[in-house]
Amino acid sequence: MATLREIRQRIASVKSTQQITKAMKMVAAAKLRRAQENIVAIRPYAYDLRDLIGHLSQINTAEISNKLLEKRPVEKVLIVPVAADRGLCGGFNSFVVRSALERIEKYKDTGYELYTVGRKVSEFFGKRDYPIYNSKRNFFNHLSFEDALEISRDLISVYLSGKFDRIEIIYNEFKSAIQQDLVNEQFLPFVVEDSNTAEYNVVDYIYEPDVESILETIIPKNLNIQIWRILLESNAAEQGARMTAMDSATENAEEIKSKLTLHYNRARQAAITTELSEIVGGAEALKES
Amino acid sequence: MNENLHLEIVTPLGQTFSKEVISCVVPGAKGQFQILDKHAPVISNITIGVIKIQTKDKAFVFVATSGGFCEVRNNEIKVIVETAEISNKIDVGRALKSKERAEERLKTKSDNIDDTRVKLALSRAINRIHVADYTS
Repeated sequence: MATLREIRQRIASVKSTQQITKAMKMVAAAKLRRAQENIVAIRPYAYDLRDLIGHLSQINTAEISNKLLEKRPVEKVLIVPVAADRGLCGGFNSFVVRSALERIEKYKDTGYELYTVGRKVSEFFGKRDYPIYNSKRNFFNHLSFEDALEISRDLISVYLSGKFDRIEIIYNEFKSAIQQDLVNEQFLPFVVEDSNTAEYNVVDYIYEPDVESILETIIPKNLNIQIWRILLESNAAEQGARMTAMDSATENAEEIKSKLTLHYNRARQAAITTELSEIVGGAEALKES
Repeated sequence: MNENLHLEIVTPLGQTFSKEVISCVVPGAKGQFQILDKHAPVISNITIGVIKIQTKDKAFVFVATSGGFCEVRNNEIKVIVETAEISNKIDVGRALKSKERAEERLKTKSDNIDDTRVKLALSRAINRIHVADYTS
């Protein structure tokens, strides 16, 4: 049994830890609200843009020549894991890392490099001597569209230069404050999702000015927006993950605290009892003499 | 097919407009064109300019835009643009400032400023000032 003083010290330390986790939870909740507003606002735009490309290319796939749509034999893959700059957010970072490792396992014969986004993943792969093509870190705190543009331009230019034949992005998608979904998305070559193919095939559009030039402007724009959406998703998911992680940490601290208090009281009572019996014993001894 | 012509304007900041309309004039890549009820399907680029909307109750709405795309299908107009500001909500002071700034930059030609980007910024600012003058 620990002494009273030791237990008291432990209670104090658990208490201060709890204060920190509680504060972090509050901060994450506030940041989450802002991040959530952003992501909810951009989703319709991002999805509409993607759908529009779908409508454009389903009709004329054979005739369209666009470098970003063209599939090449895959000789080298660029894997882009997107996670957080900071830790203490549950399994948020490690899920991304685990999924990235699975992709690496799959492409280890083909050849791959990594483009890590976020400090935590950059450190993980950097320390372990994985081939890192580039890494971007410490920007989630002041996330801006410029960051998305920078990443997107990088990715497009390495794809066009022929250094990589396929680019995959791994990120957490924001579902709700307590749920994040890990998504693995092919970024380039651009894949057109064929939803409702039958319905759109019959539509005979008039193009202004023509399909090629529309595609030429819309695809890079769409890629920028998709990266921006991914960064926002990841950011919102991170805050959500941190909030739940810190919430359960606060609860655990509460539990430990009550257990320790119980121990403390028991020890205190035991001490009083021994003291009393010592006094009583002493008094009895005096009486007899 | 929708019964009535419906217009939706979507920007990265969210949906700014979603109503049934009588007519909608958009600044296409090859010039303005008007979309009325039962228009043929179109996909078009949109340039910097003004979108003129006549709503169901015959009122006119003017929206300044800085470019994007427009799709018409099944009596549904979807305008996907980077910015969309309704004329009475444009901050003219800010637009004037960015116009001055762009003009300043064009005058003091230096190598590290992207010329086309400045010109685009200038025409966006001029467009916004211009559209702010429209009254619905």
